[in-house]
Amino acid sequence: KKLNISHSQITRLYSRFHSLDKGENGALSREDFQRIPELAINPLGDRIINAFFPEGEDQVNFRGFMRTLAHFRPVEDNEKNKDLTSGEPLNSRTNKLHFAFQLYDLDRDDKISRDELLQVLRMMVGVNISDEQLGSIADRTIQEADTNGDMCISFSEFTKVLEKVDVEQKMSIRFLH
Amino acid sequence: MASSVYLCLLRAVFLVCFVNPLIQGLSEDESVFQNPHHQQEENLTGLPIVTFKWHHVETPYLVIIWVFVAGLAKLSVVELNHHVISVVPESGLLIILGFILGGIVWGADRAQTFKLLPPTFFYYLLPQIILDASYFMPNKLFFSNLGAILIYAIFGTCWNAATVGLSLWGCYEAGVMGNLDIGLLQFLLFGSLIAAVDPVAVIAVFEEVHVNEVLFILVFGESLLNDGVTVVLYNVFDAFVALGGPRIDAAEIFKGIFSFVVVAFGGSFLGIGFAILLSLLTRCTKHIQIIEAGFVFVVGYLAYLTAEMLSLSAILSITFCGICCQKYVNANMDEKSVTTVRHAMKLLANGSETMIFLFLGVTAIDTEIWVWNTGFILLTLLFVFIYRIIGTFLFTWMLNKFRLVPIEVIDQVVMSYGGLRGAVAYGLAALLDEDKIPEKNLMISTTLIVVYFTVILQGITMKPLVQWLKVKRAAHSDLKLIEKLNNRAFDHILAAVEDICGRIGDNWWTRGWNRFEENYISWLLMKPKARKNRDYLFSIFHKLNLEDAINYVSEGERQGSLAFSRSDEAANVDFKKQFGSEFADVMPNIMVDMSNYELGIEHFSVTSIVKDTIPSVSLDIHGQDRKNAMDDINAHHLLQQHLYRSRKHHRHKYSRSHFSINQNEDEVQEIFQRTMRSRLESFKSTKMGVNPAKKITKHHKKELTHKMPNGHPDGTGHLYGDEEVEGLCVFLPHLIEAGIENPVFLPDMDSPTHSPPWLMETEAVAPSQRAQRRLPWTPNRLRRLAPMRISTCSTDSFLMADVSLTLEEHEEHSQTDHVEM
Repeated sequence: KKLNISHSQITRLYSRFHSLDKGENGALSREDFQRIPELAINPLGDRIINAFFPEGEDQVNFRGFMRTLAHFRPVEDNEKNKDLTSGEPLNSRTNKLHFAFQLYDLDRDDKISRDELLQVLRMMVGVNISDEQLGSIADRTIQEADTNGDMCISFSEFTKVLEKVDVEQKMSIRFLH
Repeated sequence: MASSVYLCLLRAVFLVCFVNPLIQGLSEDESVFQNPHHQQEENLTGLPIVTFKWHHVETPYLVIIWVFVAGLAKLSVVELNHHVISVVPESGLLIILGFILGGIVWGADRAQTFKLLPPTFFYYLLPQIILDASYFMPNKLFFSNLGAILIYAIFGTCWNAATVGLSLWGCYEAGVMGNLDIGLLQFLLFGSLIAAVDPVAVIAVFEEVHVNEVLFILVFGESLLNDGVTVVLYNVFDAFVALGGPRIDAAEIFKGIFSFVVVAFGGSFLGIGFAILLSLLTRCTKHIQIIEAGFVFVVGYLAYLTAEMLSLSAILSITFCGICCQKYVNANMDEKSVTTVRHAMKLLANGSETMIFLFLGVTAIDTEIWVWNTGFILLTLLFVFIYRIIGTFLFTWMLNKFRLVPIEVIDQVVMSYGGLRGAVAYGLAALLDEDKIPEKNLMISTTLIVVYFTVILQGITMKPLVQWLKVKRAAHSDLKLIEKLNNRAFDHILAAVEDICGRIGDNWWTRGWNRFEENYISWLLMKPKARKNRDYLFSIFHKLNLEDAINYVSEGERQGSLAFSRSDEAANVDFKKQFGSEFADVMPNIMVDMSNYELGIEHFSVTSIVKDTIPSVSLDIHGQDRKNAMDDINAHHLLQQHLYRSRKHHRHKYSRSHFSINQNEDEVQEIFQRTMRSRLESFKSTKMGVNPAKKITKHHKKELTHKMPNGHPDGTGHLYGDEEVEGLCVFLPHLIEAGIENPVFLPDMDSPTHSPPWLMETEAVAPSQRAQRRLPWTPNRLRRLAPMRISTCSTDSFLMADVSLTLEEHEEHSQTDHVEM
């Protein structure tokens, strides 16, 4: 309902969910995700798997699965004009950015600290870069975004610095229409 | 530049001096060709010490000379491209060179003695190219897009043929072309031969323009499969022309359509039959490995000729032979044979392509065939171009309704622009019967002009067009570091979620087919040993590689880090040397770039990274401003160079001359190793922390240890190269398993509660179509992923213990470290 995904898509996603669910218990565990081989060669793969699981849990049911995937629905034009009284749909720009933000911010304190940024950088960059260089990159990155000088990137700073980026396009999967 | 000029001069001199007299001699000797012995006896007055036996060696000599000249031509073209900006694609340059050569020959002989005769082309030059194309065809991609490819090949070609033929006829009736002795059927015949997109030309041009893999496979697949339609249309209209207009009624038309089914499917099944034959043959050649490689070529060629004999589609036959046999042949054959086959195929295909284009040029210099009819030629060019565009867009629009991944407009433009005609069209035109088709020469001329137009002009403009279209889309502004980082992160995220969704659509059919194939077909066609080795092999020595890499690095650091800092190049952890003899083909190149390691010496890192981008790097660290600017640039360049590319960037590369792995495979390996290590770490910690939930059966362990000393597996090459993902996927069970294998580490292995999935007989998760191999998986009980702490020394990141682990696990880890070192 709030997810706004069409019936045929839900059916398709359910069959995918079902084929991933080896234990046949109606919920996916992390190992089920890890069976997908391409995730093993995706640097952020494990983190994205993590994003499916709510805090502290080891299983995700279909509803949760859909919920996370709903972030990636393309943003439709008429939705942009919708008033926000009913709460933003999951695939709004803000929520998409929030999804990405939470991939960086592991301790969920709504701030990306230097350490967290370093970890993400380390994951995304080859072994050829030394930690010191990485550290300097992280410092500069924080410098670019940090406006209130707390050496951390808050969500609002994150949103602001990415305002030129076409998030709607980059974080949308077309078939989830 | 000098060397290429030198080469050109050399060749010109060679040609003038050598070929000319040969040709003179040829025309003179024709009279004595019949009676060689007579000649000798007549003039014999004493014992000749040396005689000039031209007539004995004439035919093979000329053939070899032309092959030699073709080789020289290719060499000079490549050199030219190397030194001068490569604007014209190699094929275009070869054609132009052919013009020059043809001019020389014609100048000497006043007639074109060396023409591209259709039999030569169809029987000696074309089969290798098609075999090469199909042998290296990315099967997954091909079959997942097969529907689209078939639509384009069948309906697209029919559309092209019909529209071009009918439009030309319409214009003829309107009187634009003047007086020609030609009718509707002949126009349709001409349309059918000019309609086909040519695989040789497509490869030649697209090889230099790197488009995305789906687009490439669509154009390329279409060019291969449309032969079925072309052959049918050509034969049908040829027969109709012979029959004459009045005799054609509905029955004949139905026969025509039926013949399409027979020709196309007959050719394909014949090819598949020969593929089975070939696989069985290679299965039995354990004791005579030296001739294995030959079978591939022989059987492939047999497939081609047999289909030709039965008037089925020869190209389809050899295509499917190559496509179907790849996997089994590569699995069954000795690695040396696999390498031999690869190299030989590329060699033959390259050579043939060179000769084809060269001769296309040479054949043009012939006054006999040129008939110029402005209307006909120009209109043909126009119609061929326009109808290709219309056809492509029309069919793509229809296809996009059914495809999960719609084909974008830009891709459609490239696809329509990439509809190149080539030597096949010329060959078919040259095969026309002059008696039935009086305007044969006009058709040949037009075909040649269309070929030149598409290959040269469209070839030249293809690259700029592709670049221009891309540039128009991407707004190029100066991105900040964080934006770059996030862009890349978004790419990765999107790729991951797409993979989770299994977007391409894993369905019952592919799973069923995979199961059927594994159980029955592989059983029949693959050597039993190869089947067993399929999964385990890579893992075993990948594990060995990793261990060695770890050892190397840690040892090097113990020895003193300066040893690494001094070397300017990357210290190549070259496992080829160590394991080369045994695992040559499958060895992943693990290169560790030592020079960039963190040494606490700042200026080393700066210079080594900013190598070619900023030529004069000042090491003056005193100037604060400059330092900031430097740092800024450094940071940007660092990111630019080292950020892992997302899967979308891993372009498929079909190349005539390079068949090595994508450069990106190193990246992919790195990421994979890291992910696996982190998962392994978590797994190990769970393993020790919790009761052994894994069952590692004794027999499996024995098999594994049994294989390791044995070392030499056969037939493993098949995963190497094209299929990065699949090859790597297989590492997983073994990496994990091998890590667990350690006896120190595993106290006891009695009755576990759960069998690890890699041992289970049931199939693994239905893969998305991108990964259709048997999936690896990870241990069942994985702790929640804790963030990895990174030490100051980057090498330790994968040996690092997770800090949040309990003491007990710390002990285990120190044990692990101890053992792994």
